[in-house]
Amino acid sequence: MSGITPSQTVGPYFKYGLTPNGEYEWNDAFDGNLVTPDTSGERIRVEGTVYDGDGKIVPDCMLEIWQADSQGRFSDPQDKRALPNTSFRGFGRVGTSKDGTYAFDTIKPGQVADPDGKPQAPHILMAVFARGMLLHLYTRIYFGGEAANAADPVLALVPADRRATLIAQQANCTGNAVYRFDIHLQGDNETVFFEV
Amino acid sequence: MTLAYPISSLKAHPARLSPDYKSTVKRSPQKPLIIMRHTLSELTGPVYGHETVRENDNDLTIQHKGEPLGERIIVHGHVLDEDGRGVPNTLVELWQANACGRYIHVVDQHPAPLDPNFTGAGRTTSDASGYYKFITIKPGAYPWGNHHNAWRPAHIHFSVFGHSFVSRLVTQMYFPGDPLFPFDPIFNSVTDAAARERMISSFDLENTKPEWALAYRFNIVLRGKNATPMETK
Ligand SMILES: [Fe+2]
Repeated sequence: MSGITPSQTVGPYFKYGLTPNGEYEWNDAFDGNLVTPDTSGERIRVEGTVYDGDGKIVPDCMLEIWQADSQGRFSDPQDKRALPNTSFRGFGRVGTSKDGTYAFDTIKPGQVADPDGKPQAPHILMAVFARGMLLHLYTRIYFGGEAANAADPVLALVPADRRATLIAQQANCTGNAVYRFDIHLQGDNETVFFEV
Repeated sequence: MTLAYPISSLKAHPARLSPDYKSTVKRSPQKPLIIMRHTLSELTGPVYGHETVRENDNDLTIQHKGEPLGERIIVHGHVLDEDGRGVPNTLVELWQANACGRYIHVVDQHPAPLDPNFTGAGRTTSDASGYYKFITIKPGAYPWGNHHNAWRPAHIHFSVFGHSFVSRLVTQMYFPGDPLFPFDPIFNSVTDAAARERMISSFDLENTKPEWALAYRFNIVLRGKNATPMETK
């Protein structure tokens, strides 16, 4: 046998199995709160709305994020450096609400090196799944006001006029930072997605 | 550009814009995706094992007071990577319609009965060799609004993690010989016939339990790596 199993859409009915959130007789394996009591780092919220090519909200979207801890370490033994010494897992999953919105509570990740050992700016990976999407899309969430963005080797690959779609902007002035990151699946304002 | 997980593997997937499946038209990007080297962020991934799964989460027929209606089946197989190695201790989640083709999801309102003894969600982890097993009931075909007289072939939705965030896979498992295959734009969004075959489980007489349940085997193949060890700095 050769070749991978092809992807198929998550469809419109994944919620009771993957993101029940108390609405179905099934427990959540994951949710939108990544913060554990022993997690160190700056607590942040990332929130936004998902839109389709007509600018209509997408209420049946599943979003997953994967990120390093505040010191840039992944909770995965494949990260051969010292593993995080907390219960922070770095993974979250939510379904969008009826109004197309989502939110993750997490910590701002530290810097992770690129394959040349050059530091990347703090970023969170995001996978986007929905009815009408036969294969999920990958994007990256960067943070507005972060000086390291200017030298980030991945942002540098993105045409300058599209980079803003990858940069979450802080939406509040007091309390824990809330970053806004809207996702446009298509259109003039289309979010940059990566072929990885 | 050489990538730790070659992107040539992605050729098996459907095109994101597959107009016969109408919902793809406004939900697929029109601008080019950016190709980039995999960094540690892409090469690592969530590690979830037994602690995520409760006893009996892999048996969808005993989650309620009574037994669900329908044909009890065993669905099992291996999670493998493209290099043929088993993917151990990885989370496998599934969800499906009941025997009548009705989902418990509130948006599914087509005129088929719900089954009070069937939710249709399960999860398990693969063992050290990549093997996983579920007990469930065979889902029914169901109608959908894509085009006149559109029916989905019977299928079970699967979600699998694998070695890294870029090996993440959500797919659907089909049953052999389904007469609806030629008419389903989601199944046929995979244009390569051999790749389509990999979404179809095989009837597994050997593992059928006499007087109790038929068995279907479904191996799930995830992206594999080049032989070079991953660099971390
Ligand atoms: Fe389905």
